[in-house]
Amino acid sequence: MNLIENIVIIVYLAVLAYLGYVGYKQTKSSADYLIAGGDTHPFVMALSYGATFISTAAIVGFGGVAAWLGNSLLWLTFCNIFIGVFIAFVFLGNPTRKMGIRLNAHTFPELLGRRFHSKFIQVFGGVLITVFMPLYTSAVLIGGTEFLVAYFHVDYHIALLVMSVIVTAYVLAGGLKGVMLTDALQGVIMFVAMIVLMVMVFDAIGGVDVGLSKLEMVWDKTVAPLLHVNIKELTAGSPDFLMKLSMNWGFQGWNKMPVFLSEGWLFIITTIAMGVGVGVLAQPQLVVRFMTVKSKNELNRAVLIGGVFIIAMTGIIYLVGSVTNVWYYEFNEGKNALQSTGGIGKVIPHFINAAMPKWFAFIFLFALISAAMSTLSSQFHAMGTAIGRDVFEQLAGKNNPNSLLITRVGIIVMIVISVSLAYVFDKQPAIIARSTAIFFALCASIFLPTYFGGLFWKRMTKKGAIASMIVGTVVTTFWLLFVHFQEAKQLGVAKMLFGVDSLLSGKIIFVDAMMIALPLSALTAVIVSLMTKPESTALIQKCFED
Amino acid sequence: MGTFDLGVGAAFWLMNASALLCVIYGVIYWNKDKEEKVLNTKSWEKDEAKMTKDLG
Repeated sequence: MNLIENIVIIVYLAVLAYLGYVGYKQTKSSADYLIAGGDTHPFVMALSYGATFISTAAIVGFGGVAAWLGNSLLWLTFCNIFIGVFIAFVFLGNPTRKMGIRLNAHTFPELLGRRFHSKFIQVFGGVLITVFMPLYTSAVLIGGTEFLVAYFHVDYHIALLVMSVIVTAYVLAGGLKGVMLTDALQGVIMFVAMIVLMVMVFDAIGGVDVGLSKLEMVWDKTVAPLLHVNIKELTAGSPDFLMKLSMNWGFQGWNKMPVFLSEGWLFIITTIAMGVGVGVLAQPQLVVRFMTVKSKNELNRAVLIGGVFIIAMTGIIYLVGSVTNVWYYEFNEGKNALQSTGGIGKVIPHFINAAMPKWFAFIFLFALISAAMSTLSSQFHAMGTAIGRDVFEQLAGKNNPNSLLITRVGIIVMIVISVSLAYVFDKQPAIIARSTAIFFALCASIFLPTYFGGLFWKRMTKKGAIASMIVGTVVTTFWLLFVHFQEAKQLGVAKMLFGVDSLLSGKIIFVDAMMIALPLSALTAVIVSLMTKPESTALIQKCFED
Repeated sequence: MGTFDLGVGAAFWLMNASALLCVIYGVIYWNKDKEEKVLNTKSWEKDEAKMTKDLG
């Protein structure tokens, strides 16, 4: 590292420390610590939402998937913007904010629990977050740490420890105020890096139209010849194996959708676009952000900032991911991106180091570290509040004078668990994508019907909500353990119990767990609510009237 | 983007249209909700014990 790089790193850490300190100074109550006092600036809120939304997995993981499967991933960007920003902020944001204030809710499970007057819902929600979010958190931690290792050539364990200590410090000290302020800074770094990346990449390959047009030629030269090759003749996991697999799944080119209802089409639409796109609506660490602003105006302003931020993140990285094939073809002896780099997860890091100037690689490193840190800090905060506020306080007694201390202890416990998992899972294949998909499917199937019904359907009952959450949990777990082609095979429970990778066969095993569990969970909510006695008028008034 | 097929082209234009929708919505409603009652968040701490008791 040269002197300038050292200075930039020190300045970056100093600014993070300062923002953590500002959060600490402004945190005077549990409302400040848990929901940033409810008076956050819309710019900070929108960037914090976006930076938490977009992790290293979205940039490196899904950017690499775009190099493999092409621009059909743009459906995910559409869902990210339309569902994850527009629908979320315009239709869910203000009702969530107002109900949160009426019920004095400080966390997502607390909002649901108080809406239905149920301690069980709050504790159950808290337990689910406590149990499943560390999987997702450890995945983000691994992604961020591996970039530190690759760039600075340091030991993985030391890098993991350093990264965890830095994030822990500002989450513990600054609460959600500290988290959101640092998120906003990190969001700005990510935004600038992506815009520069887009300009430089398309400049290198002759412009947007020319670059995208060349993709067809590169597919014809490097992938189409595999048409008559038997996949069994290829080494499993090799670049050519992966490209052949994509052809077998119905992919026809990087600028084309896979064949309608083929395995590839189901994967792109149900798992990538809907699974991640819809799953975001019930992410506890994102929903809580609606409760951090003081009026609807802040949410309206955040729609503008959030929409621009997300298209600059995922829109750019998916387009860049696919056109890396053109760059490698032209500058690496006629090979495509996977053939040049050896793996899906290696494409973006390798491309940045090989194709971009050194100074930009350094900036991009900061963007990736920022993406990891901003997601991690929010996850740590959400897990800490789940264990402290939603589980411990509910079971051990409310109005505990040490409630903030309990939440801080909860954050430390969950960080230790996440870091331990990151040590254990380091060598697991595709752990980032798998953990992300599992967590998103669980959140949507378990929380979404109760969250929607709670906000918009006064007739929904406590029993309906509880039944819906249980059905969502059971069906999602069953699908992941026994049916879905990726998770069921890799988790190995179906193999151990029944001797097969999946209990079902055919294209259905490519359908994401959420697509099965969410409708069943929603249907359960409706049927059980209509069959049970409506909630008291007093509770409904408390939830819906000022 | 003539090189995209219908499915990818639809995703590309819908992606841009949604971002534009967010921008237009944000500009139009930037300061539109003046009449909305701003609930008093400052009393939360004070009311915490009472509300917790009410809600069980």
